Amino acid sequence: MSNATKISTNRDILGASALRPDGAAKVSGKFEFSSDLHAEHMLWGATLRSPHPFARIISIDFSAAYKISGVEAIITAQDVPGKKTYGLIASDQPVFASEIVRYVGEPIVAVAADHPETCRRALAAIKVVYEVLTPITDAEVALLPQTLQIHPDGNLIRHQRIVTGDQDLQGDVIVEGTYEMGMQDQAFLGLEAALAIPDSGGAGVEMYVATQWLHEDQKQIAACLNLPLDKIRLTLGGVGGAFGAREDISLQVHCALLALHTSRPIKMQYSREESFYGHVHRHPAKIWIRHHATRSGVIQRIESRMVFDGGAYASTSSAVLINGITHIQGPYKCSNATVDGFAVRTNNPPCGAMRGFGVVQACYAHESQMDKLAVACGLSPVEVRLVNAMVTGDKLITGQVVESVAPVARCITETDSIAMPAPLAHDANALEIVGGSGLTSLPHNIVRGVGWGVSIKNLMYSDSFDDFATARCRLQDGVVHLKYATVEVGQGFVILAPQIARSVLGVDEVVIDPVDTRIGSAGSTSASRQTWMSGGAVDGACRLVRQRLFEHVGKLHDIDPLRLVIEDTDVVDMLGDFRISVIEASTGVLFEETFEHHHRPTEELDANGQGNCHVAFAFVAHRAVVDVDVELGLVKVIQIATAQDVGRVLNPIAALGQIEGGIAQGLGLAVMEEIVLDNGKMRNPSFTDYLLPTALDAPEVVAIMIEEPEPQAPLGAKGIGEPPCISVTPAIAAAIRNATGRDLPRVPIRPQDICL
Amino acid sequence: MMPNTEIYNLRVNGKNHEVRDAWVGESLLYVLRERLGLPGSKGACEQGECGSCTVIMDGQAVCSCLVMAATAIDAEIKTIEGLTPDGELTEVQDAFITEGGVQCGFCTPGLVVAIEHLLDNNQSPTEIEIKEAISGNICRCTGYGRIFEAVQTAVATRRAAR
Ligand code: FES
Ligand code: FES
Repeated sequence: MSNATKISTNRDILGASALRPDGAAKVSGKFEFSSDLHAEHMLWGATLRSPHPFARIISIDFSAAYKISGVEAIITAQDVPGKKTYGLIASDQPVFASEIVRYVGEPIVAVAADHPETCRRALAAIKVVYEVLTPITDAEVALLPQTLQIHPDGNLIRHQRIVTGDQDLQGDVIVEGTYEMGMQDQAFLGLEAALAIPDSGGAGVEMYVATQWLHEDQKQIAACLNLPLDKIRLTLGGVGGAFGAREDISLQVHCALLALHTSRPIKMQYSREESFYGHVHRHPAKIWIRHHATRSGVIQRIESRMVFDGGAYASTSSAVLINGITHIQGPYKCSNATVDGFAVRTNNPPCGAMRGFGVVQACYAHESQMDKLAVACGLSPVEVRLVNAMVTGDKLITGQVVESVAPVARCITETDSIAMPAPLAHDANALEIVGGSGLTSLPHNIVRGVGWGVSIKNLMYSDSFDDFATARCRLQDGVVHLKYATVEVGQGFVILAPQIARSVLGVDEVVIDPVDTRIGSAGSTSASRQTWMSGGAVDGACRLVRQRLFEHVGKLHDIDPLRLVIEDTDVVDMLGDFRISVIEASTGVLFEETFEHHHRPTEELDANGQGNCHVAFAFVAHRAVVDVDVELGLVKVIQIATAQDVGRVLNPIAALGQIEGGIAQGLGLAVMEEIVLDNGKMRNPSFTDYLLPTALDAPEVVAIMIEEPEPQAPLGAKGIGEPPCISVTPAIAAAIRNATGRDLPRVPIRPQDICL
Repeated sequence: MMPNTEIYNLRVNGKNHEVRDAWVGESLLYVLRERLGLPGSKGACEQGECGSCTVIMDGQAVCSCLVMAATAIDAEIKTIEGLTPDGELTEVQDAFITEGGVQCGFCTPGLVVAIEHLLDNNQSPTEIEIKEAISGNICRCTGYGRIFEAVQTAVATRRAAR
């Protein structure tokens, strides 16, 4: 359900619920995911991984593995011709561990063989002797000066403070708490997969890979292979979801190396278990926070200490940390702050990007605090949030002024206006009752609770990163061809790009050329950035082509091009009655333009955490209604009401899909999803033990999209991918607290947290 | 070369397929995808938990990752590729597109097969019956809302066509 207005046109322009061009292929099983790729004479690749969180490698013996018929290559760190390490921000992660392994699952050897089962047997036949070391798995311990540094770069990945305003202010009302979040997995369905085809002569490699950022992969692979960039050509293989987990390198370098080593095409594909080991996760975090406020609930000062466990390698931990600390005030006014943030290296699995990127952790803490503040001041959850709601022009604790449209109060009041769900019916189907079909819950133990969460999320990259996206538009004979390297992970850029071209150029037929590295970078499909960045690039390229078209038509028909506009599918003279269809006007002529969209520059934070480090912000409110079996500790989320600041709705159905999908992931984090670690070892690396929301767990979602176009954004639209999953988690936690009266400082909330 | 290889026949989508030199430990999912050129069924867990690999075997919806291909020799198997003649879409497939039930699409073939199976056995499922029928199919992208919508639409279209 949504209030988004469907625009009345039969053309699939911006604002229409245009349908996915890849829909027919996807529903009929014909869409080629990277795991579906094949090449003649290809071999399978597989990876041997460390069973220990911290150990010294004494020896590796693969003589027995080589004897297995069908095994074609076995490679280790010694076979990496270029840089031995890689990484998105710091190059600190070995392609293959050679001396020390720092997490369970760290790659040591890769093999190529004729069958996946041969690979499995080869891996089993490789003997690695380890000297097992005591792992450092507690981030607080890792920070202590006397603790062993587990990596040459040290245990501290980044430390950043925010110090602003009155450092001694004491509020009349003080509330504090320590909040924890477990490690969440992105759990995309389409497992990591790639196909690498070596150039004859071994001078380069052609790769088809499911990734989020083709050009960054290309750069990192080329460095490890010691080859020029143009010798590593990447084409996007169909991507089965990403959510941050494909921003880092996983099997790319291994696959390319095996292809060059064997001179045969190599296909690599992780199993679900290997996928849990093979990609980064959401950072577990521990956040202490204290709010100082007036008796009427106005926030005056925040103090916080935030510790993010980055696991063994840096990945994007430093950027996640910056997001965490700069969002700890939430979507609320605050002028005085003392915040201390640490991203820490441990022997846990590496953590990096996941939808929400550091803000999920911060939001859980600040929203839990808002409810405490409400109680302390005798306010309702809605009142305390409205009293403090930020507006455009407010100064953040970093000194940055919020220039974005900031309809925080509107998000809250519109969410509040959504009707509550009906009470649980006496004759409800067992599957609608908490506990489900096992008939476990007795009606008198079921308590309904309501909770709130509101959040602020930065859009795009921050912290002085020069972020851009490139697109090319070509118009001929009324057909537009778009070329870009923007990765489609399911979010729908593949629908949006043609909508933009149709709106700008008055065409109906739009072809998307292969998504590969044969054009400039589009940046990553992450940080809610592609609608703004690649959307801006496609829009820019189409506008340039439109200008060329107007010049061409103007010259032919002796009209000042400035008088020409696109109306529906025609070029029209605004001041006269000349009209020609775009098809006719472009027949036999080729117009081609490339455009690079950059967002405005951002700054690095200074030592006191001051600086304009973010580009723009989006806001959202969530209200959760849950049923809790207080005896058994079981939870069923009944309804999520939400109002989201989207700027402008470009495609109502696709936007709603992002909102509902994000909510399900936030629900997972609230009540079921956690990679359980035991001294650095994952206890549940499978879909049997890592629980994901199913159709029966999906709550009713009632969504309102608030349209206040963002002046900075090329299309007026804000990124919508991340906000839905951020404040829904604290809203659900608050609803469970409301039902149980328990403190519940940690998510996911487990049955034993409720009933023991 | 793998030891323990076999030759056997599978009947898939109304056609006989000979499987040659196959290791007997291969799952039906592997054989469909890697040997018979039918990659529409997907593998996301190979543990029977996600439903991406759902096929119809003798009228039952099963996880093809859990079936040993060599034990399926007497069965009539239907995969996503066998739902309609090439180029045509069923009401369910069509509704997935129009209602926004597809994002990355990795879960989609398995869901489509599961829903076709449901509607073949129950022409007017209730909301809760729909949820139950697809609760073995994980979708990580959509949160299921548009998928429920797609099933409702498909039910209505099928009813109108009767
Ligand atoms: S792959 Fe068969 S159920 Fe997941
Ligand atoms: S659409 Fe991506 S898993 Fe369902």
